[in-house]
This record gives sequence, structure tokens and C-alpha cells, in this order.
Amino acid sequence: MSKANLLDRRAVVAELLRDRKGAFAVGGLGASTYDIAAAGDHDRNFYLWGGMGGAVMIGLGLALAQPTLPVVVITGDGEMLMGMGSLATVALQQPKNLSIIVLDNEAYGETGGQSSHTGGTADLVGVARACGIGDSRSISTMAEVEAFASSLQDVTAGPRFASAKIDGANLERVLSSRDGTYIVNRIRGSIGHTPI
Amino acid sequence: MHARADTAASWPEEIFSILQRFEVRQVPYVPDAGHSELIERVLGSSSMRGIALTTEEEGVALLAGAWAGGQRGVLLMQSSGVGNCINMLSLVQIFRLPFLTLVTMRGEWGEFNPWQVPMGSNTQGILELSGIKVLRASHPNEVREVVEAGAAQAYNACTPTAVLLSQRLIGAKVFTK
Repeated sequence: MSKANLLDRRAVVAELLRDRKGAFAVGGLGASTYDIAAAGDHDRNFYLWGGMGGAVMIGLGLALAQPTLPVVVITGDGEMLMGMGSLATVALQQPKNLSIIVLDNEAYGETGGQSSHTGGTADLVGVARACGIGDSRSISTMAEVEAFASSLQDVTAGPRFASAKIDGANLERVLSSRDGTYIVNRIRGSIGHTPI
Repeated sequence: MHARADTAASWPEEIFSILQRFEVRQVPYVPDAGHSELIERVLGSSSMRGIALTTEEEGVALLAGAWAGGQRGVLLMQSSGVGNCINMLSLVQIFRLPFLTLVTMRGEWGEFNPWQVPMGSNTQGILELSGIKVLRASHPNEVREVVEAGAAQAYNACTPTAVLLSQRLIGAKVFTK
């Protein structure tokens, strides 16, 4: 089912996180969480196994709380469509350290590959730009992924949004921890907060 | 236009002081007339950030991120917004969040608009089914005590709590032509 010239999702996420330094990475429900896990477990990985539509808002809360550290939300088209209003909320806040990238396979891969709106008429880059995220772009090459990966380290020029069209192949799941308190307390510990 | 009860001290001001004392930093909200004074205070504050949402569930997710980043928050919404939050409230249990929400009630106590009644009648039940403790303030002179207790158990004991600010307290919305 793979089309020519589409990016490999695991390669995209590996590149985004290759030289992440202190960045937090939030993964949306579904394959993007597996992609982040596949790139290597990290105490600042915020894996989501539910709360569909909430990834960008989790990223915003984190970005506002830690304005000197980069936050990157890596999610899928279905998850982004469910939380589309959060792009308007992000634009209003203008968090300089927040980057959002959608891995767009134009389908709901976790549930059998049903078509999503982005394979039809919806343009998420246009939505993000129209909401007020000025730096909104489509990505179709690994060179553009590399450029996005280095730009997300700049915590003075966000928010930024990108959508990368990726190959729709279902890859082997790489399972992260799914214990929410472990995931959150590990992130909190990484910035010096002890448990209550 | 709300008909408000006459009070010596402003209860929204008392709520603001409590939030300051508990070092609340992020205040996501969907506007409601009953919260208007508190929202104005938050937006004018240097220590808190008011964050306008497009839908209330955004606020639940935002507070999960804020907590991971070391900040406390409170979600301000109207009773109808509780319905919008249901699936996202999973995060509150999954992350054991110190979750606090202040909910202004509609659909009770002299309501004019029947469309507010179904959700207003189910607000407390939905919150409780979602694992959230529910407290209620119905009179101006009990707001401080109830919100203080709610904030203390939410932030100190990670016990998710909703404080319902009843329509009796806020005053039923007056509809005139």
C-alpha cells in the first residue's frame, strides 16, 4: 500500500529526536507514541495511550511551565483532527518553545486504516496557519525534517507547526510504558521535582 | 445580565486570593458570566496565566502538561463544559493529577433556559463517575471555606476535586427582550 516519495515515520521521528538535548517529546495516542519509543526511551518522553485530541494541549501546558526548554508534540493526523481547536489556543498563547509535527498518513492506522479527512479535503497546515501559527509548513523530504529538528531547539521563535506526509505502512509496535504516574513523575523528576 | 446577591466581600476575589496562596500558575477557562470577575482578576495578574480555550477538554489536557512541567492550575468552566470533558478526564486518574476545577452551575435554581437543565442536572453525577470529588458552595459566605478545602485536598493530597458554584450563589441569568 506504500506510495512513492512518502517519508518513513520511524526515520522522521528518529531524526527529530536524534540530538534532542533537553527537549520534551509528547506523543499522541497511537503510532506516534510507538515511534517515539522506537527512537529510544527517555525520561522526558510523554507517552499517551489515551486522551485522544489532547497531545497539543499537553504540550502547551508543559511549554508554558518550562519556557526555556523545547517541547515537541509528535502526533498523527487523526489525533490532530480531534484536537484542532487547540491550534487556535496555542496561537493565542504564542509559546516560543513549542513545536508541533503531524505524521500524516491520511488514515486511522490503529483501527484498520480507515481514511481520515486529510486524505480528502482537510489541510492541517492551512488550519494551523489560519489559526495564527505563522510558522506552519508542509514537509516532504528528510532535509526538511532535519531543518525542523534543528529549529525546534530554538526556544525564542515558536510556536511552529509542520505536517509530514508519511508512508501508511503499519510497522511493528514498539511499546512504551503505559503507566501514567510513572511517565509523569519521571518527567517531573527530570526537572527536579520530587514526588508529593 | 445576572442578578447578583448583595455581599460585603466579593467571593470571586476570595477565590482569587486562595489560588494565589496555593501558587496556581495556569488558569485555563471557557468564559462564563459567573466566572467573569475571577477571569478578569486572573488576566490582570502577574503570577497567573489565563488561557482561553475553544472547548473545556483542552483545559484538562493542559493541566496534565502543566503538572508534568511543575506547575499547578485550575480549570474554570460552566456546568455544560463538564460534558465536553468526559473522555479527557481519564488523564486525571491515569496521571493522578492534583486536579481542581471550579464549575459555575446552570440548569438549576430558577433557570429560564430549558436547554441548560439536562447537563446541569447531570454535572455532579458525571464528575463523580469520573473519579472526581464534588464540593458545592451555594451562599457567598461559604465560598471561601469550600474553595479552600477543595484546593487543599486537590493540591496537597492529589485528590481530584470539583467545586460547584451553584446558580443560587451566582444568580439565575435574566433574559429580557
